[in-house]
Amino acid sequence: MYKKNSMLKLSKYVLYDILRSKVVIAYTVFLFIVSITLFQLEENSSKAILSLLNIVLIVVPLISMIFTTIHYYNSYEFIELMLSQPLSRKRILLSEYSGVALSLLSAFLIGVGIPVLFFSLNDVGLSLLLTGCALTLVFTSIAFLASVIARDKARGIGFALLLWFYFALIYDGVVLMILFAFSDYPMEKFTIVLSSLNPIDLGRIFIMLKMDISAMMGYTGAVYKEFFGNATGMFFTTGIMFLWISTPLYFAMRIFKHKDL
Amino acid sequence: MIRIENISKRFKKLQALNNISALLNEGQVVSLIGPNGSGKTTLIKCILGMVKSDSGHIYVNGMQINGDPAYKSDIGYMPQIGRYPDNMKVGQLFSMMKNIRVVPESQHDTDLLVKLNLVSIFDKPMRTLSGGTRQKVSAALAFYFNPKILILDEPTAGLDPLSSEILKEKILQEKRKNKLVLITSHILSDLDELTTHVMYMQEGNMMFLKDIANLKKETDEEKLGKAIAKVMRSGRKEALWIDEVLAVNEADKSV
Repeated sequence: MYKKNSMLKLSKYVLYDILRSKVVIAYTVFLFIVSITLFQLEENSSKAILSLLNIVLIVVPLISMIFTTIHYYNSYEFIELMLSQPLSRKRILLSEYSGVALSLLSAFLIGVGIPVLFFSLNDVGLSLLLTGCALTLVFTSIAFLASVIARDKARGIGFALLLWFYFALIYDGVVLMILFAFSDYPMEKFTIVLSSLNPIDLGRIFIMLKMDISAMMGYTGAVYKEFFGNATGMFFTTGIMFLWISTPLYFAMRIFKHKDL
Repeated sequence: MIRIENISKRFKKLQALNNISALLNEGQVVSLIGPNGSGKTTLIKCILGMVKSDSGHIYVNGMQINGDPAYKSDIGYMPQIGRYPDNMKVGQLFSMMKNIRVVPESQHDTDLLVKLNLVSIFDKPMRTLSGGTRQKVSAALAFYFNPKILILDEPTAGLDPLSSEILKEKILQEKRKNKLVLITSHILSDLDELTTHVMYMQEGNMMFLKDIANLKKETDEEKLGKAIAKVMRSGRKEALWIDEVLAVNEADKSV
């Protein structure tokens, strides 16, 4: 009870610090304006959702990673100060994580969530919000791992950017190359494995299938539909996303516990 | 109160601590001295669990340090360079610390807070403070929760003479309360009136840990600086920095 309290206390100060820097507020406003504009421009709300999807899949991971990395290095002093106090390293890192994740989540939910609730309150809209939230948590987690590993700010941000490039751009290219090279073989099942190795891809498929445009993706689309469309697929997606959140955070914690500060 | 057993620490090529053992008890004011880069701060950070030693054990109040941070509630730490969150105000810093260390209000030691006149800057953000003022905040924070052990890393560096005197007075007062105080400093004349024991380090090795009375008797010197210089000269030739410190002290006197 006492421990839980003091973790919340710490997160409160982390949150306060983040709000003071105003970057998160700018991020919220940016998301809000983009969402509203897209819904206003497109008459068909599902078309707007499709455009919004691309923004969510690219911008949310990027901002989550960069913001988290910069925040980590900026609060180095705070972490040092906390370490000389009777607080465990686990608790310090977890309250940092929950502070950052909470502020990014609320930015996303206000910036994208409110417009979606107004203009497109349906299956697709809700799965878009769900995916956005999951991606925020995943990339905050990955960014924490990157910043715990890297020694200084420049390396940390570089490392985070590289990871983003990999997940958002390079990975798709590699998958295409693999599929092209092995096009003579039945690869449909294999693509499911490939897609779960990248949270952005997984999120994209998850939403696409809700939009009924999977028919355009041919046989692979049908395999996806069959696998992800039912309850097992949902369960699978949620499980993989959860793994993507917890695994990097777990390793970040392990490294942080043995780090000299 | 603090028992250090065979602590070693290596940073890549640098052997920061080499098989250090020591026993520090309550009522002692231990001066940790040695040239820059001799491992003083690393040793302190090991005690605080900020740096993980490669081998050896540290016990605080009979409890071995391994993960459980509870022992730190008995320690007040004043870092060499106090770095605090930029956006945080001085008052918020203190209220946050009160939140973290659950100590009843009646046991708070606001002595330094008042004497160093920090209450008047409670609404200033930390980033606007000068180095010396920050140092004052660190000092007030270290003493604030009335801890049994005080670890002060170069406490008087950067302080003006008046504040430095106030701080020394405070340390003496805590010494009388039978607390353990561990100080590192290069200003030996500051330590002269405070210290009961001297721990001398060089290149990660502990050269000696001596009672001040014994040290003075063995060396026939009244001043701490000269006593240490004598010990070092008789043993080793590379103790050049001692002469530099002495020269500064002599210069002080002649002014």
